[in-house]
Parts: sequence; structure tokens; C-alpha cells
Amino acid sequence: MVSAFVALDGVSHAYGARGGSGGTLAVDGLTISVNVGEFCAVVGPSGCGKSTLMKLATGLQFPFKGTVRIAGQVISQPVKIAGMAFQAPTLLPWRTTLDNLLLPLEIVEPHRSEIRRRKADYVARAEQLLTSVGLQGQGSKFPWELSGGMQQRTSLCRALIHEPQLLMLDEPFAALDAFTREELWCVIRDLHAARKITVILVTHDLREAVFLADRVFVMSARPGRVLVERPIELPRPRDLDVTFTPGFQDIVSELRSHIVRARQ
Amino acid sequence: MNSNDLFVRLAPWIYTVVMFLLWEAAVWLFNIPPFFLPPPTAIARAFVDFWGPIYRHSLYTLSTTMIGFGMAVGFGLLLGLLVGWSRSIYAGLYPLMIGFNAIPKVAVVPILVLWFGIGFVPAVLTAFLISFFPIVVNVATGLATIEPELEDVLKALGASKLDIMRKVGIPRTLPYFFGSLKVAITLAFVGSVISESIASNYGIGTLMLQAQAQFQVPLIFAGLIALAFEGIVMYWAMAVLEARMTGWAQRSGFAQA
Ligand SMILES: Nc1ncnc2c1ncn2[C@@H]1O[C@H](COP(=O)(O)OP(=O)(O)OP(=O)(O)O)[C@@H](O)[C@H]1O
Ligand SMILES: [Mg+2]
Repeated sequence: MVSAFVALDGVSHAYGARGGSGGTLAVDGLTISVNVGEFCAVVGPSGCGKSTLMKLATGLQFPFKGTVRIAGQVISQPVKIAGMAFQAPTLLPWRTTLDNLLLPLEIVEPHRSEIRRRKADYVARAEQLLTSVGLQGQGSKFPWELSGGMQQRTSLCRALIHEPQLLMLDEPFAALDAFTREELWCVIRDLHAARKITVILVTHDLREAVFLADRVFVMSARPGRVLVERPIELPRPRDLDVTFTPGFQDIVSELRSHIVRARQ
Repeated sequence: MNSNDLFVRLAPWIYTVVMFLLWEAAVWLFNIPPFFLPPPTAIARAFVDFWGPIYRHSLYTLSTTMIGFGMAVGFGLLLGLLVGWSRSIYAGLYPLMIGFNAIPKVAVVPILVLWFGIGFVPAVLTAFLISFFPIVVNVATGLATIEPELEDVLKALGASKLDIMRKVGIPRTLPYFFGSLKVAITLAFVGSVISESIASNYGIGTLMLQAQAQFQVPLIFAGLIALAFEGIVMYWAMAVLEARMTGWAQRSGFAQA
């Protein structure tokens, strides 16, 4: 059996109802399994429970039914290994870009106890990461001195600085222009290839999902569950040009028709 | 610096001078008796004649106010952090605090006098009691408005509640905290002067009460202006402190237009 890294099994979750099914269901009978090093994308109608899926998979919310396992362990508290990035960059305005990047290292062990001693190492690591997303030399600026796209890159770097095993991205590129977005697709693609991290990406952009993912999950309208699981067999490394090929576009339109049906 | 900037800088002085000029003119024009509303020149005269007492009483009021305010800052910050820390503490304490805040502090002074005698302590305590509430509310608000997504990012890294408080909660609360100091300091003056004019032998409140008994109306107004001056200076000091400590939070161009 392939080792599932993140596994949700028959998971149902309702907000507002303490440990019961009293509230409105956000997801119901959601089963999903993501392998180590795999890149999965989740698409679906708005409000279908995609963000909820992210919270369940990281132990920020607990289901009233079903189990969530990470690396085989049923989780009972927030995971300590995940990097997360959202549609809003959520950087701390009182910290410089560089200090924003160092934040996870001030929290995650073993870095936490070493950050004083190895500060220079960590700063070098942060600067290297900034360079990899095209932000070299911007570390001393405050987030509000950066453009939206630059802030979003910083937010991505913050999600990666502690070299997490699991990267959760919730519509991280939704607020960006098309060119910046495609540029960041490539950044994420390369990071995933270089580090073999497991990535779960929530997106509304089907081209994004197909370009980046090994597998795409299509969710139903609320309460969300997986309707279709679509492996993307396009060979890697993928170049942006692949998005213009008929094969690629076929997959996109296939997914689109699934979502149209899910919305009804 | 262009002429517009210069005008903005001079504006407070110009407005103040114009206000006093209008006041003076109104008194002469409408023939207002000086024991009803003395003209600024008469008040200036009172400042010269009574400079010694005004100075001493002002300093006294400033000290009671600042001690009470200092206590309010310490206590308000602590209570605000506590209230912002836990929902149950919030739920339990909030109604109590609102109720307490609704009590007119004038009504509390006699009790304080009963406990501590007249003079210094009731003035300090009244200043404290009247000024801690806005600090508590602001600090608690700062903590309550942490972006849930940021909290999620940190929790998924294994951050404890204390971590989130230290890394995000407290820094993001600072603008609220320093903002509340400006409100609190002016309230603290209100508190100490109330107490002084009810039960004290010292302070601007007492000075004004005595001046009133002797029908020295310009001196009453001199006391008011001394108070206003202290209030402005301390408010300004808090505003400078705020700008120093939380420059990152004040980047909107809204008020600069
Ligand atoms: N904190 C919350 N409290 C109560 N209900 C919530 C909360 N968060 C989400 N919900 C509800 O759960 C359902 C799923 O929400 P979720 O945020 O997971 O959707 P989503 O798929 O991420 O939507 P979108 O694509 O618009 O981001 C929605 O109906 C929403 O109203
Ligand atoms: Mg969402």
C-alpha cells in the first residue's frame, strides 16, 4: 500500500455545534488521502468546505465523525509541521519582511531554541528563500512597503522557511494578476520538485490546479465531499507552455463540467 | 517646507490666539461684567499676581494625576490582557467593569475619603478609577481582533496560546493601548480635580474652590487654563509616545490631507 501522509476518512464537520451534528454541515463523509510528496489540488464550488478541509487536515478543527490521520497518527491537536498560506498575506506590519520570515523559526522546534545562537544561519536561509521568489534585497522593507504580489511571495516564504513536510495553500494566488500568478506557479512547482514536500492546494483556478497537481479532487456543493478524483498524468517537469496544449485544455474543461454539475 | 505645511504647523497657535482675541473682543463689545466672564487680559493678570499658588497647586494636581494615571496604565494593561486572554474571564468581568464605569466617580469620592481621609490618596485613586476603563477596553479589543488566519498559521506551527500572545497579540495591541492613553490621561485630570474640589486642601481643584469663595473670578479661570494647559501637554506627550512606539500602525494618509 502506498503510504498516505494525510488521510481523512469519512469525515463530517459542522461549525457551531459543539461535538454534534446540530449546526449546518460544512463537510459530510469526506474521504481523501494524499501521499507523501504528492501535490494535490482541491477544487469545488464556493462555500463547499475547502477551507474547512484545510483546517481539518491540520488539526485546527476536529470532526464529529470520521478520523483524520497524519503520517498514520490520528490527530488530536494542531499539527506542528505544516506551513500555511492564505489568500491574504497576513504578514505582521510591525516586522520587516525578513523578521516576518523568521517568525516560524521562533515557534517551531528545534529552531526555536537555536534561533539566538544560529541567527546568522537563519537570516541567510531567509534571504536565500527571498531570492528564490525574486525578492532579493527586499528583506529590510516592511510588508506595507511591498506590492500585493510581493507580500504574497513573502507569505509563501514564511510557509516554507522551517522546511515543513506539509504545505497547505488556500487560494494563495487568487488576489494576484495573471502574470504574477503564473510566475508563482513556477516558484511553487520548483520548490515542490526540489524538496519533495507534500502540498495541498485549494484553488478556484482550474488551470492552476491542472498545471501544478498530481491529482485534483473535485468537491460537491456544501456539505462537501469528494465527487471526482482526477489524476493528472502530464509529465514533469511541466513548463508553462503545457497550459496551451489541447491535452491540458481537455482536462481543464473536463474538470469544469464536473464543477458545473456540482453546483446544481 | 511649502507654505501649506507652515500653515499646518502654525495653525494651533493661530487658532488659540484668535480664540482669545475673539473672547477679549466679545467681553468689551457686549460689556460683559468681569465677575461673570473675565477677559483674557484679566486672567493673564491673575496669572501674574497669583503665579506662586497657581504653580504649586498645578504641580500638585499634575502629580496626583500622573500617579493615578500610572496605576491605571499598569492595572488597565494587565486586566486588558487577562480579559483578552480568555473568553470566560471576558464574559465574567465585562458586565462588572461596565457597571463600575457607569458609576459617577463624584459619588465614589466620599467613600474614598471615608477610607483614606481627605487629600492626596482620594485624588490619586479617583484619577485611577476614572481612567483605567478605556485602557482595558482597548487592550482587550486589540487582542480580540487578531486575524483568525494568522492565528491558524501560527497554530499549525505548534504555537501555544502564550506564543500567539507574545508574537502577535501584544504587538498588535500596542496601537490600541497607546491610543487609549490619550483618552485616559485627560480623564485622569478630570478625576483628580473632582476629588480635589470635594475633599482636599491642595491642587487646582481646591484653588478654584477657594477663588470662588473669595469671588476672584479671574483666578478661577486662571485655574481652568492652567488645567487645560497641563492636559494639552500630557495629551501631546502621549501622542508623541504613540507615534514613537507604533509608527507602523500610522501609515494612512487620511488625516494628512
Ligand atoms: N468559522 C466558521 N463558523 C461558522 N461557519 C463556517 C465557518 N467557516 C466556514 N463556515 C461555513 O462552512 C461552510 C464551508 O466553508 P469553507 O470556508 O470551508 O468553504 P470554502 O470551500 O473554502 O469556500 P470558498 O471557496 O468561498 O473559500 C460554509 O457554508 C461556511 O458558511
Ligand atoms: Mg475558502
